Amino acid sequence: MNHDQARYGDDERYEPLLSEKDTTSVDVEEQSPLPDDLTRDSLELPGLSEPELARHYTRLSQMNWSVESGPYPLGSCTMKYNPSFTEDVAADPNGAVHPDRSEASLQGTLEVLHGLQDYLARIGGMDAVTLQPPAGAAGEFTGILVAKAYHESRGDDRSEVIVPASAHGTNFASAAMAGYDVVELPSGEDGRVDIEALEAAVSEDTAALMLTNPNTVGLFERDIVEIADIVHDAGGLLYYDGANLNALLGRARPGDMGFDVMHYNVHKTFATPHGGGGPGAGPVGVVDDLVEFLPSPRVCETEGGYELCEPEQTIGKVHGYQGNWLVLVKAYAYIARLGDEGLEDASAKAVLNANYLAEQLDYEIPYGPFHHEFAATAGDRDAADVAKRMLDYGVHPPTTKWPEFVPEAMLTEPTEAESRASLDDLAAAFNAAMADSIEDVESAPSKTTARRIDQAAAARNPRLSWQALDDEE
Amino acid sequence: MSNHNRHERAQGSPYAPHTPEDTAAMLDAIGLESEAELFDVPAEVRFEDELGIEPRSERELRAELSSTLAKNDDLTEFLGRDHHTHYVPSLIDELSERSEFLTSYTQYQPEITQGFLQALFEYQSLVVELTGLPIANCSMYDAATALGEAARLAGRVRQASGTRVLVPEILHENKRAVLENYVDGTDLTVHTYPMADGTVDVEALAEAADEETAMIYAENPTVHGTIESRLEAVGDVADDVEALFCLGSDVVALGLLTEPASVGADVVVGEADALGLPTAYGMGLGLFATREAFLRQVPGRLVGAGEDAAGKRAYTLTLQTREQHIRKERATSNICTNQAWVALRTAMHLAWLGPDGLVDLASQCVREAQSLAERLSELRGVKAPIHDRHHFREFLVRTDQPASAIASDLEASGFAVHVVDDHRLQVCVTDVNAAATDALVAAFEEAL
Repeated sequence: MNHDQARYGDDERYEPLLSEKDTTSVDVEEQSPLPDDLTRDSLELPGLSEPELARHYTRLSQMNWSVESGPYPLGSCTMKYNPSFTEDVAADPNGAVHPDRSEASLQGTLEVLHGLQDYLARIGGMDAVTLQPPAGAAGEFTGILVAKAYHESRGDDRSEVIVPASAHGTNFASAAMAGYDVVELPSGEDGRVDIEALEAAVSEDTAALMLTNPNTVGLFERDIVEIADIVHDAGGLLYYDGANLNALLGRARPGDMGFDVMHYNVHKTFATPHGGGGPGAGPVGVVDDLVEFLPSPRVCETEGGYELCEPEQTIGKVHGYQGNWLVLVKAYAYIARLGDEGLEDASAKAVLNANYLAEQLDYEIPYGPFHHEFAATAGDRDAADVAKRMLDYGVHPPTTKWPEFVPEAMLTEPTEAESRASLDDLAAAFNAAMADSIEDVESAPSKTTARRIDQAAAARNPRLSWQALDDEE
Repeated sequence: MSNHNRHERAQGSPYAPHTPEDTAAMLDAIGLESEAELFDVPAEVRFEDELGIEPRSERELRAELSSTLAKNDDLTEFLGRDHHTHYVPSLIDELSERSEFLTSYTQYQPEITQGFLQALFEYQSLVVELTGLPIANCSMYDAATALGEAARLAGRVRQASGTRVLVPEILHENKRAVLENYVDGTDLTVHTYPMADGTVDVEALAEAADEETAMIYAENPTVHGTIESRLEAVGDVADDVEALFCLGSDVVALGLLTEPASVGADVVVGEADALGLPTAYGMGLGLFATREAFLRQVPGRLVGAGEDAAGKRAYTLTLQTREQHIRKERATSNICTNQAWVALRTAMHLAWLGPDGLVDLASQCVREAQSLAERLSELRGVKAPIHDRHHFREFLVRTDQPASAIASDLEASGFAVHVVDDHRLQVCVTDVNAAATDALVAAFEEAL
């Protein structure tokens, strides 16, 4: 597909910085109503007119790829279409309320949140849900703290969390943040959990096993019931990383597989926009035994209304207030829009798309059968180079070089939002990039705003602000 | 049902483009007969039941949610305490909601995402200007989690030994609770130091601080709106015991109040969502800035400037070896998804205000608070502000009558204020509610 991304600027840069367009310094002490010893002396910021700003940001937006620009098949990121109407719902002025209001004056907000707690509990097969964690990793941290509080309440001192080698990096980091030693579980030959290795890894020190299912190469952990038994028999809890839930909506539920605690990535599965990196939301669901440890407050139903309630043995708080409201309300709207059949269809089409795309690729795919995503290998080519070449064909490339146990991995998740024709284009881009000469691949991209960026050099000489650029001159 | 999209079928996702013919052809291409065969899920864990979620049309849902949210009372809020709102110009919505920004992902392919990277680089630069510290990340979740990350940073760096984190006794209870969880997995413990008339009691702080202190946290303004006058002395205490000095603030206050770097702050955290984001039930944007020495210990994403193959300046995520996707359990933080889109909005709002606009807005926060406090103090049995300090946006009010009863009466008249304890209220005034202060004072008088 032909593609030339917008490219503004001059010989030096693609668009001047705000500070290069204007820098104005004001004497703060002169304007301030406060005594001088309480204020700063001066303030220097860009001072642009509204029309200039409109043009600046419109140009920046044109130099940015998005789901609405074209395919965005980043594996494990679930870049699906974000329905426009959810933006209107989130913008409702009646929802723009301060969290410290009385509960009686917030019945509408609490009703929406309670509705979302209920939907998520049904979808995950969980008994209760907290909406407080502001992102998936925050959900992991919350879930592990809940597990820790559960063990501590039983006088059970456990020090380890088991994480498969193929897991998302956040799993390791979240468990470590909660103070656990991380035990890495090697992948089995078939790309799934190696049951013998798991049996060897569990012990009376095991607080939890963190698992995503389907796993990070799209495979369903067929032995999940046995895995759950092994962990539970050792006194540990089973944690579900919800990053890949888009594969299973309405077909299988973590709660039914034996998971005790899970997080949902609503910015993945439930179509809230990723916003260039966030905000997301990472609600956490738990089974009955863990409900009393959830963060405070939860939204509870009363006779004829809703209130905020504090779980008896709550872990406390993981966000200053109740999380990312503007994201949560969009997730509610998306789930309600689809309903049972729509959710089930979304997963079916996500898995169909991954399999249809894979079928068209001239790449080896070492592990299967996969669901919503698959890990192709670039073989003797550098996956990062192939990805750069794909940019020239008007698509975003997949996640590269991860998971590590697949050599030169290209982890691909097209989502249900791509049409058959779009998948054909995407496959053509994959195949063309692989067939192109090494010179073409290594010199790519040329049709994006910027040419290949030397990231290693940028890291060796970190310049993280326009002040740092000015200092250099 | 009329007026529906042609791809919208009775039994499917309206956001999957497949016609039945497409689906059949695609299944055929992969050699399957039905969608059910796509799933390699053992029968014992297959879900055969119904979720029980009734699908609705877009029109029905907009009506439903609009009527649900209309159940919120229509109150004029005089509320602050770590969640502040200023008027957000229409331009911010218009530009930030361009789908190229809104529906993009983290910039793992920088060549095709220069626009967002530049916007985040500009956000970082604006924070550098406001704090005077050279390193700013491109977002944390909110002020409370940013404080938690600051304490964890203090626990990691060799420049600070010790395990005690000292926080002011006047601190938002939620922030304290989040901090406790962030240090739960470390050796760090949280302790309070006393305040004197609403600001840091520097002598008592000096007594509380010792070589076991890893970090001293102070806020300007405090959660009660008081403005600190002895921050330099706080910084000196921290230096004396080789602890980090972490200062909490927000992007509006930073435009007016003492520059953190000038009083020796090592880390600045706080509320960046005070600009760019409307009142959003506590959703935030955590500000995080620090000194050069801690660059490799910073949590979260950093955007750096570099060069592309054409020899032009270009931007990229940088120093990613700090992050979870590379460093796993040894990462500086577990954060992955952040608040990038809010940072975009905050940067837009800061640029829209410019330096004059920001100083004006911040000055208004001082003047309005002072004026409202004076007017409330004229009422019988009311004293405001309680503390003999300068205030920013908000202040405490002492009432002879029970505070909760007054707050209930105010709510019945259409106003929301904070109840702090039996005889103290807290009131916050900004450009958004300044026009309603006459009415608030009248309602207050009636409530007495």
